[in-house]
Amino acid sequence: MARVIVVTSGKGGVGKTTTSASFAAGLAQRGHKTVVIDFDVGLRNLDLIMGCERRVVYDFVNVINAEANLNQTLIRDKRVDTLYVLPASQTRDKEAITREGVDRVLNELKQTFDYIICDSPAGIERGALMALYFADEALVVTNPEVSSVRDSDRILGILASKSRRAEQGDDPIKEHLVLARYAPDRANRGDMLSVDDVMEILGIPLLGVIPESQAVLQSSNAGIPVVLEDSSDAGLAYSDLVARFLGEERPHRFLAVEKKGFFRRLFGN
Amino acid sequence: MMSSSTKSSEDQEPFELKGNLFTLTVMYLRHCNREAIDRHLAEKIRQAPGFFKNAPVVIDLETLTETDDFIDFAGLYDLLRGRGMIPVGVRNGSAKLQAAAVQAGLPVLPDNRSPVVAKKVDRPSGQRSKIVTQPVRSGQQLYAPDGDLILMGTVSPGAEVLADGSIHIYGTLRGRALAGAKGDTEARIFCQNLEAELVAIAGHYRVFEQLAPDTRGKAVQVYLLEDRLIIEPLSR
Repeated sequence: MARVIVVTSGKGGVGKTTTSASFAAGLAQRGHKTVVIDFDVGLRNLDLIMGCERRVVYDFVNVINAEANLNQTLIRDKRVDTLYVLPASQTRDKEAITREGVDRVLNELKQTFDYIICDSPAGIERGALMALYFADEALVVTNPEVSSVRDSDRILGILASKSRRAEQGDDPIKEHLVLARYAPDRANRGDMLSVDDVMEILGIPLLGVIPESQAVLQSSNAGIPVVLEDSSDAGLAYSDLVARFLGEERPHRFLAVEKKGFFRRLFGN
Repeated sequence: MMSSSTKSSEDQEPFELKGNLFTLTVMYLRHCNREAIDRHLAEKIRQAPGFFKNAPVVIDLETLTETDDFIDFAGLYDLLRGRGMIPVGVRNGSAKLQAAAVQAGLPVLPDNRSPVVAKKVDRPSGQRSKIVTQPVRSGQQLYAPDGDLILMGTVSPGAEVLADGSIHIYGTLRGRALAGAKGDTEARIFCQNLEAELVAIAGHYRVFEQLAPDTRGKAVQVYLLEDRLIIEPLSR
């Protein structure tokens, strides 16, 4: 049975699209047929992060309006052949996405895909509500700073009350915390919230800690989901995250400040 | 076969009378110039249109400056109704004025300072207490009418919890808690850690611009003593 997973946060710029791309790519790498959908109509960037922006012919709104079918719209990734992207429209506005339309598209996708990842826009308005409405599970992406935590708390309340599962009294959406852009040295200095601080306030299971990393910017500029860069710390952290999601036990890495050895200090990192 | 203890619906009492406490707006009347009253009312309503709509109001006659003992209560009633308010009674004033009010259909409500003991407050029995096991997230609002609210998780900043009775939080209070929402001054707030934004009992509130150092990390209770909010650690 296909699982619909929303990647959301409330706050903007915390790493939802980066996480959606890597989470989807990681699942697909492990053989699961995965599609990642961009719900940010008008401000789409999932296609950029996935490196398929020049291959977009039709988009999500076209499919909802039956102007194109899924086969024509889905973009297959060139690196991982079980990974597909359903891009958003750049020219339409968000009124074009309707609940019935989304329901229809998701039901069709559930026929052939194992995992459907919904990349939510920021905020708590229509686009974000649409992205989370049909979810079975949620990855709540949070940065270790106060306003991001506050917004994540808000979105957790909304997941528990405004999703279809909540409205129909089904089992609640399974929530996972993704703590992104974590810098252990700043946390130790007290400039940044620690993992424990965030866990205490949000109280949901921790799926992964993604360290602040140069690799993320480089990957997004290159259009490669960072999980496919398995030499980078962020890439490895995403890989661990996917493994944990699938049930494997993986200890959390990148939480402690790395002690720089003599030669690294001499020659720089 | 029906047992003799069951009653048919006709045998059961059609209603029950209970004492209860209500918070009402009081209009302290200074004089009876109808035009002036109408003008002033219009101004007040303009400032807060929704507040007075269908609002029950008690007319207090103590602040009347005129010495004559006549007030056209029926006219005053119509005037207020015309502006959307509903007079439900009068308070204070001379015996003659009170009699005139009763004639016009307005009961005399007890003076709050009179030696007559006010009707016993029907304290929420706590039997209709609401228990919530999920954490209360920012932006959520929980209300337990007619009883206590018992929370088994934390209250996040930006969340609001209210109860007509007391509020018990088996966790940290970081948001706002308002107990005794309908006026019960005996209500209390209990929590395992107080980092609240605001606490209130029966309308008496306190904001916390800074976390109080002496109660940080401790279980506390908040209660009202002679109109003052007392915050006290629970452990000795």
